[in-house]
Amino acid sequence: MNNTETVKAGLRKRYSREKRFQFYGKAAVMSGFIFLIFLLFDITSKAIPAFNITEILLDIPMDRVSLNLSNNKSLSIDDAALASIDYGGLVKRALRTQFPEVTSRKQKKLLYKLISSGAKFELRQQLSDNPELIGGEPLSIWFKADDDIDTFYKFERITSRVNPEQIAFIETLKTQSRIRTALNFDFFTNSDSREPEQAGIKGALLGSFWTLLVTLLVSLPVGIAAAIYLEEFAPQNRLTDFIEININNLAAVPSIVFGLLGLAVFINFFGMPRSAPLVGGLVLSLMTLPTIIISSRAAIKSVPPSLKEAALGLGASHMQTVFHHVLPQAMPGVLTGAIIGMAQALGETAPLLMIGMVAFIVDVPGGVMDSATVLPVQIFLWADSPESAFTALTAATILVLLVFLTVMNALAIMLRNYFERQR
Amino acid sequence: MTTTYLFLMIAGLGLFAFFLSFQRTAQYNGPKRLQSLPHHYASLTAVWTAFPAVLLMLVWAVIEPGYLQQQIITNLPAEIAGQSSDVIGLYLNKVHLSIENKMVDSDPVIQSLVVAYEKAALNSRYLNTAMVLVLCLGGIVAGLSRILFKVHARVGIEQLLKAFLMLCSGVAIVTTIGIVLSVMFEAIRFFNAVSVFDFIFGTAWSPQTSIRIDQVGSSGSFGAVPLFLGTMLISLIAMFIAVPVGLMTAIYLSEYATPKFRLMAKPALEVLAGIPTVVYGFFAALTVAPFIRDVGESIGLSVASESALAAGIVMGVMIIPFVSSLSDDVIKAVPQSMRDGSLALGATQSETIKKVIIPAALPGIVGSVLLAASRAIGETMIVVMAAGLAANLTINPLEAVTTVTVQIVTLLTGDQEFDSPKTLAAFALGLMLFVTTLLLNVIALHVVRRYREQYE
Repeated sequence: MNNTETVKAGLRKRYSREKRFQFYGKAAVMSGFIFLIFLLFDITSKAIPAFNITEILLDIPMDRVSLNLSNNKSLSIDDAALASIDYGGLVKRALRTQFPEVTSRKQKKLLYKLISSGAKFELRQQLSDNPELIGGEPLSIWFKADDDIDTFYKFERITSRVNPEQIAFIETLKTQSRIRTALNFDFFTNSDSREPEQAGIKGALLGSFWTLLVTLLVSLPVGIAAAIYLEEFAPQNRLTDFIEININNLAAVPSIVFGLLGLAVFINFFGMPRSAPLVGGLVLSLMTLPTIIISSRAAIKSVPPSLKEAALGLGASHMQTVFHHVLPQAMPGVLTGAIIGMAQALGETAPLLMIGMVAFIVDVPGGVMDSATVLPVQIFLWADSPESAFTALTAATILVLLVFLTVMNALAIMLRNYFERQR
Repeated sequence: MTTTYLFLMIAGLGLFAFFLSFQRTAQYNGPKRLQSLPHHYASLTAVWTAFPAVLLMLVWAVIEPGYLQQQIITNLPAEIAGQSSDVIGLYLNKVHLSIENKMVDSDPVIQSLVVAYEKAALNSRYLNTAMVLVLCLGGIVAGLSRILFKVHARVGIEQLLKAFLMLCSGVAIVTTIGIVLSVMFEAIRFFNAVSVFDFIFGTAWSPQTSIRIDQVGSSGSFGAVPLFLGTMLISLIAMFIAVPVGLMTAIYLSEYATPKFRLMAKPALEVLAGIPTVVYGFFAALTVAPFIRDVGESIGLSVASESALAAGIVMGVMIIPFVSSLSDDVIKAVPQSMRDGSLALGATQSETIKKVIIPAALPGIVGSVLLAASRAIGETMIVVMAAGLAANLTINPLEAVTTVTVQIVTLLTGDQEFDSPKTLAAFALGLMLFVTTLLLNVIALHVVRRYREQYE
């Protein structure tokens, strides 16, 4: 057998090996995609129930006797009168009139559990907004159902958390068409709550906003300044090398270590308040600085030298050249890097756990010094909650977070494309 | 509050100085032309006005508490001043509490101390304000008169700006030093309580320290081997997923894929890297872990509901883009001539890749794998949500293990005193984490750089 024949004999095997190898490559790429699609599908399907909520229609009597205001002879309804009304009792009474056959204490308890514990606050809000309703016709209000009832009604799934008698109540309500599912706007306008049906992400959204504001205000100027210095002014010496090594290493330090730094330095040493967006923002800016510096340097480097030389030739100082000509040209690239860094900061959780942004906070933060939590931490907190209704809320919050991240990244890409076309 | 007003005042005076100086230099009509533009002079004057004053305020803020403390101590009655420092500290605390809560203490000694303290504080505030004002006005006067001395204002302001730029680039060094010092300092305090040897080689991890001395079984043991092993196990599982898939992805995208497919596939894969880790954690804990448990049980294996496998697999998927994009760069850097040579000798494309390109790119690939490993070791949220808390000493991927990052989070979230070994242990773990990832990064960057130089 000569050489040609040897080669030919092995050819089929080699070709099939080639095909197999190519298939492995395709499979690897596809497996990444499949996982991504599966992840998004899984989270979306888990999130959808959270955007709907079950409501129950109740008739609340509005006459003064029922409201226990009969002693109040004056026509005007002041705050004291509003505070004196037993709202919880009103809701319970409305439930009892709805189901007159319920008499035993145990049954009553089950009946009251149909309605969310936030119903009395809802009623109070309605009355203090429209005090003229008092003394008028009975009011029909859709109240939110308790989260267990909500889960049962939405999925028709019988769990241990719903009692057979409660199911009978729901059936009755259904025949009277006094139960429905409606859009859950409160998910966007409420803050965190122990009750899933009342919990919302407004507090976390604003917490994220304040934290990112601090991050942006600190990391963008410092990052650009550092990039300008390293790219334009830094002499070639040991110190500059050392700075560069540090920046590269910081980019790869685990984020949780930045949290330890924040805890030890900002909170224990400088005595800044725990859980505040200020501290969170500072920690995140230290974390995103390397990203911003590296991308800003690349942007500054890509400005054509002819531009600089022309400015210098016309007598501008080095500083004037940089600030009047190089930086404006590099700005799109700098901003792209900044947006990507901000997106990173928006999704970061671990360092914020270290500085105490995991607390249960009901108030909406009004500034950088208030206690707050952020979207990813809210996801972490809710994912840990035992109530099954929180799973849907978690997934819905993840969707909101992903929408923000997508918008930010799309903005960065658009910005880059737009300015690349301009050039 | 006074500090805020003082800052606002300084800012106002600075602005005032800017406009005043701008106007004067803009209207300057002397025998010689000015060397710089009006805004240079104006900026310099504003800096002279505000900068020393702000500096003074910062120095004051550092000195003042100590000075006020000294004032109380000198005012202490002789019989108290003679006692131990603990007693004096108690009095100081009482004074501070009484001032903070605006409550009158029943003890007349403390009442008099509070009065003395408030007097000293008021004096210090007046002195501070006066000095800041003098500095500001001095700055304005100097700024306006120095114009006559033909100061080169542009050079001055540019030098200041350059110093600011340099300071900003120094933040990277300060951060690194801050990390090293803060973690090191607390870790040393921890190692004073627990020996280094016990920490690194001990095999029992139960950081619960007793509240009472005589409590049974809660003396707290800080042997970190189970944590290291758990971290390694999960990272290893992640690397088993990420390295083959990431590498094959990089090979396919750089060697086989059409440019159009590449343009689409690369950003799509990078989405995987952009998804927040807390999302992966949720997915691992609520979808992957139950799925693995069900599959395992259906074939008769006992799988923990927080198995290392679930966390490892999801972490592996998260790291795929790191491996693929770094390896992609490395593979593209292999010179085309090497490919052409191999293909010309009759090798198929896969043979070229396996026998020529991969060996040539190996150092770079190793570097990217090391970087990915450091990412896996430092990853927190996936393991916090999907791996357990129990420090089992096992290499069975179906059991629950815990990792270094999980323990840091559990030790530091929740309310506890800062001095207990339990909290300090988190910093010792943080030190180990920092040193490990730093070493991996330095080696990886070194390897990659050496490799790049080889072909450039």
